[in-house]
Amino acid sequence: MVEFSGIKEIIKPENLVYKKTNIMTENTLSYCPGCGHGTAHRIIAEIIGEEGLQSEAIGVSPVGCSVFMYNYIDIDWQEAAHGRAPAVATAIKRLLPGKFVFTYQGDGDLAAIGTAETIHACNRGENILIIFINNGIYGMTGGQMAPTTLPGMKSSTSPYGRDVKTMGFPLKITDIVATLPGSYYVTRQSVHTAANVKKTKKAIRKAVQYQKLNKGTCLVEIVSNCPSGWKMTPVQSNKWMEENMFPYYPLGDLKTPEELPTK
Amino acid sequence: MVMEKELRLMKGNEAVAEAAIRAGVDGYFGYPITPQTEIIEYLMEANPSKTTGMVVLQAESEIAAINMVYGGAACGKKVMTSSSSPGISLKQEGITYIAGAELPCLIVNVVRGGPGLGTIQPAQSDYFQATKGGGHGDYHLIVLAPASVQEMADFVDLSFELAFKYRNPVMMLSDGAIGQMMEKVYLSPQKERSKIVPDWATTGKPATRERNIITSLDLDPDRQEMFNRKLVAKYNEIREKEVRFEEFQCEDAEYLLVAYGTSARVCQKSVQIAREQGIKVGLLRPITLFPFPTKRISNLAAKVKGMLSVEMSAGQMVEDVLLSVNGKVPVYHFGRMGGIVTTPEEVVESLKSKLIGG
Amino acid sequence: MAKIRGSIVVNIEKCKGCEVCMVTCPTGTIAMAKEVNGKGYNYAFPANPDLCIGCANCAMVCPDGVITVYKTKI
Ligand SMILES: Cc1ncc(C[n+]2csc(CCOP(=O)(O)OP(=O)(O)O)c2C)c(N)n1
Ligand code: SF4
Ligand code: SF4
Ligand code: SF4
Repeated sequence: MVEFSGIKEIIKPENLVYKKTNIMTENTLSYCPGCGHGTAHRIIAEIIGEEGLQSEAIGVSPVGCSVFMYNYIDIDWQEAAHGRAPAVATAIKRLLPGKFVFTYQGDGDLAAIGTAETIHACNRGENILIIFINNGIYGMTGGQMAPTTLPGMKSSTSPYGRDVKTMGFPLKITDIVATLPGSYYVTRQSVHTAANVKKTKKAIRKAVQYQKLNKGTCLVEIVSNCPSGWKMTPVQSNKWMEENMFPYYPLGDLKTPEELPTK
Repeated sequence: MVMEKELRLMKGNEAVAEAAIRAGVDGYFGYPITPQTEIIEYLMEANPSKTTGMVVLQAESEIAAINMVYGGAACGKKVMTSSSSPGISLKQEGITYIAGAELPCLIVNVVRGGPGLGTIQPAQSDYFQATKGGGHGDYHLIVLAPASVQEMADFVDLSFELAFKYRNPVMMLSDGAIGQMMEKVYLSPQKERSKIVPDWATTGKPATRERNIITSLDLDPDRQEMFNRKLVAKYNEIREKEVRFEEFQCEDAEYLLVAYGTSARVCQKSVQIAREQGIKVGLLRPITLFPFPTKRISNLAAKVKGMLSVEMSAGQMVEDVLLSVNGKVPVYHFGRMGGIVTTPEEVVESLKSKLIGG
Repeated sequence: MAKIRGSIVVNIEKCKGCEVCMVTCPTGTIAMAKEVNGKGYNYAFPANPDLCIGCANCAMVCPDGVITVYKTKI
């Protein structure tokens, strides 16, 4: 491993404060530089490690840039057809109710082709966690318009900007999910700053606890960037996200149960 | 709770449902569609979650149902779905993923007439879809064609046996007539749900093994081609070992009827009528449509003067009969469509006009 | 008064040069190298190691998980 390190005297095991979790595999992520998918993966892996869930977890990866998520987190995985992850996860959890079951899906996967599966899994209150990466675009296929693409936003299939009159409005599917009696905890977060990473991690940890208590569907939306699809540098994309995505998709909890009982 | 082997009068659809419970199936996922809705209704009423622990779930669509089957099968569980033609079309995406991920499961198709919404009456017009792929990519289902209520029950167990043996989805290709028909059926005693966890199943990764990944994706052309070759080898092994068929008065036959499912029942009667008229006719009933009894039909082609493929379709299985016969004798198709069940007399008339002359 | 000192280690071969860590660092410790790594990315490195306070912000936002952080009081 080629490394570049700071002050040698400080670099001692007893001083370690942050290291990539070994629940992440050594495979190099296939994502573009600065893409939030990687950060989101790492947070999930950290929770799995910290909560001792490696032998319990079954993940369902989507069709989208994160289709190969199973190469990066060292747990059992199923790769679902485009949009079908919530149906796949439904059966896993019903047949293996003691396991920790989650899906990881992009906005095209979850809010376009998989809308029915998403809504109905949540409406049945399936005891699963859905992690929803909203980057406002179809990343994998090269930057086409997604249901979440902002009004006026350019993409390869809305080259003059999304015209809401002919192309419809950005779909706030998380808000819809929050209205369903079957959903238990619904929140919208981001992973572009350290503070947001901490909040997202806390949200996912809560969702893990709720799943243990059989509370129903938890959905954690992560508003994220797609530097390649948005045709920006990663740093620009994060700024653009704050200025344009967050006003339309405000961060915060959409549905919270009473706080967890303390042990 | 020990249910003994038991004789009951049941509809074909009910027999599938009861047999599924007794076979120790872990999960059923379905969506209502005529003429097979009795399957999910029966299961909901029987409520096996209270007895065997079997999960029964009404999905929001056939698409969701087949993807639930994917998820359950990937956990190493015995899972199934059922539908009728339009619903089976919706399931094709999931079915090809299941075939591509090499997962065992049972899909029951109680066929109705098409294309499109077609009719709710019985037909055999999904033969191509069932045996030639249906979804995209190079794959095959193992296809079993029951011809009685008894077989609808018996083939549940057989389907899972084959599905797990070959890690391959199995389709039971029935039709609306057998699904709705009431017959006596011997039901097997209750089996325990299996506790065996296949080594490939995703059940949570213990420290003692590598992670299991169920996927149908490989972007490396060489590896993908290797996988395709592996599938071909599997299908060839199935062709070699799993052909099932039944013969009826073929020993001295000069003409052969080939028919499956409901048409085979009709043709048994046709054989009788024809023989009363002095025409020596036999019947070959394929029980497996994939693998198709190609060799046997080829052998019989050396003995008979001609064959008639009788199907309630515009002529689908006839193509496989033609391939098996390979020009040795004339082969024709006869069948009614639109939900009309062929009569035995019509078959004999067709045989006479097409093959015997006059 | 005890002073908090930190230090980071960057696995430069896996760094994709996205600069997200650099803009997140509250102390200006990180800069992007002029040289590129094996994949052709200008990798991140602790250009001003003395400034690091070991807050781990950089590691938390690094999408590729290539930063390890150490911290001590001196
Ligand atoms: C049935 C089907 N339709 C279309 C595609 C092509 N496709 C692959 S990924 C994708 C969109 C992915 O976008 P999103 O879910 O937003 O995820 P991202 O790549 O942005 O992470 C599409 C349309 C497919 N694989 N399968
Ligand atoms: S295309 Fe977009 S979403 Fe996909 S890896 Fe690249 S930056 Fe991430
Ligand atoms: S640990 Fe904190 S201070 Fe040190 S380089 Fe990282 S962000 Fe900067
Ligand atoms: S955030 Fe990670 S990948 Fe990006 S420049 Fe910094 S160290 Fe490299």
